[in-house]
Amino acid sequence: MKNLKWLPPTLYILFLLLPIYWLVSMSFKTTNEILGSFYLWPQNFTLDNYVKIFTDPTWYNGYFNSITYVALNTLISVSVALPAAYAFSRYRFLGDKHLFFWLLTNRMAPPAVFALPFFQLYSAIGLFDTHIAVALAHCLFNIPLAVWILEGFMSGVPKELDETAYVDGYSFWRFFTKIFIPTISAGIGVVMFFCFMFSWVELLLAKTLTSVAAKPIAATMTRTASTSGYELGLLAAAGTLTIIPGAFVIWFVRNHIAKGFALGRV
Amino acid sequence: MIDKTTNQKAWFLVIPVVALVAFNALIPLMTVVNYSVQETFGDNVFFWEGVKWFETVLHSERFHASLLRQLTFTGIILLIEIPLGVAIALSMPKKGPWVSVCLVLMALPLLIPWNVVGAMWNIFALPDIGLLGKMINGMGIDYNFTQQPMAAWFTTVLMDVWHWTSLVVLLAYAGLCSIPNAYYQAARIDGASSWAVFRYIQLPKMKRVLTIAILLRFMDSFMIYTEPFVLTGGGPGNTTTFLSIDLVKIALGQFDLGPAAAMSLIYFLIILVLSWIFYTLMMRNEEQ
Repeated sequence: MKNLKWLPPTLYILFLLLPIYWLVSMSFKTTNEILGSFYLWPQNFTLDNYVKIFTDPTWYNGYFNSITYVALNTLISVSVALPAAYAFSRYRFLGDKHLFFWLLTNRMAPPAVFALPFFQLYSAIGLFDTHIAVALAHCLFNIPLAVWILEGFMSGVPKELDETAYVDGYSFWRFFTKIFIPTISAGIGVVMFFCFMFSWVELLLAKTLTSVAAKPIAATMTRTASTSGYELGLLAAAGTLTIIPGAFVIWFVRNHIAKGFALGRV
Repeated sequence: MIDKTTNQKAWFLVIPVVALVAFNALIPLMTVVNYSVQETFGDNVFFWEGVKWFETVLHSERFHASLLRQLTFTGIILLIEIPLGVAIALSMPKKGPWVSVCLVLMALPLLIPWNVVGAMWNIFALPDIGLLGKMINGMGIDYNFTQQPMAAWFTTVLMDVWHWTSLVVLLAYAGLCSIPNAYYQAARIDGASSWAVFRYIQLPKMKRVLTIAILLRFMDSFMIYTEPFVLTGGGPGNTTTFLSIDLVKIALGQFDLGPAAAMSLIYFLIILVLSWIFYTLMMRNEEQ
């Protein structure tokens, strides 16, 4: 029994990797090979799909657009969530519990509900089809999440730290930037990871709020699938490339990721 | 838990968050409320309709059907993902070089854009070109998720299990890691069976993280849209049309703003009530 303990995680990881393998292997096949025959690995190994993506601006601009609004969103979410999470973790104030739950309700709001009103709102203020519009819209669910996780991490820091600093004559902002933020840097890393993750994977709002100039890569893929027939190899290559940034950022937070998923509350 | 001091000035720290979220939440929400009580024939002319749309939606067979599908789907994936996630977390290594490898590989599906998840499963499960489709048909089972409702459900559920079980694994694993080794030693001295260790040490310690896992999985699966939309398009027929898919069909496809808005509010309210129950339970856990 004890010797078989490695089996469930291994089988599970194999199950996770199988569809990804299929996507990657398909990205190295030609459309003819995909539709015409069935092999477990590419017979006529080709990089054409990738070449097409890296040379066609409608494709590679999609990546730039996605990364731009994701970065903007992460920056905005984390910088406003930091002071708020501090307030929630340290002080009691009028309506604090209700406010906290109200914030969470926005994490619970189905994006489908907001798609049309968001389109009208951001068109009305002239931000439609800009990166900042998507970045702001994603704040709807990322700020509540950031506050929630940071509050968890901050509650784990003993209050004596603050009190000692104030006794030593630190002003609030100096204490906050010089001592407190470095103390919870792991938490901040995890929160940035989460903001990145949820902004990167969301498509419904990002697609609704953009048309050309800020169109995310994932939306470019959807368009290709529907208009230019069924270029599966190209689709698979684009999909493969969207996995890479994610895999890259997980590596940085791998030691804190489990705690982060527990919203800092372990 | 930290002893909090009362300080009304803390509001100043919260204002930026409140302003940004309110801008994104309240204005759109008011737009939805506006539509939900009015009728329009275009040209920006609106007529007051009162609660007519709410009655229409609440009595419509179509809404009942998609709500039922949604509840069934959420129920099934919670029943699979939570026990499976806990089981895998229990058998994961506690330390050593394999921990990072496991964590990184397991987190991978969580970082793939949702429509890519749908597209990936589409080409993975197609009976003519997909690995899964070929395998199942090769075993002598007639399987085609674009035509058979059961196969479509099976594929959608399998995709969600693939996509989100890792979240439960990571949460449960974080809970397990927080158990001090002394607990296990004490259990060994008492000669406790592995079931007793699980029931009286591991499960209570995981209670808090599992509540979070259930809360997150409930909320997210209840608003699932992109993945099934790309995978099956809600079909065959309407068999995998969940609430969000139906809502977008009504709002952006048919442009029936009134019913769509009323449906949005009812939908949101259901999530809100159920999440509030979970949240209260979680906070009670935390205070204990």
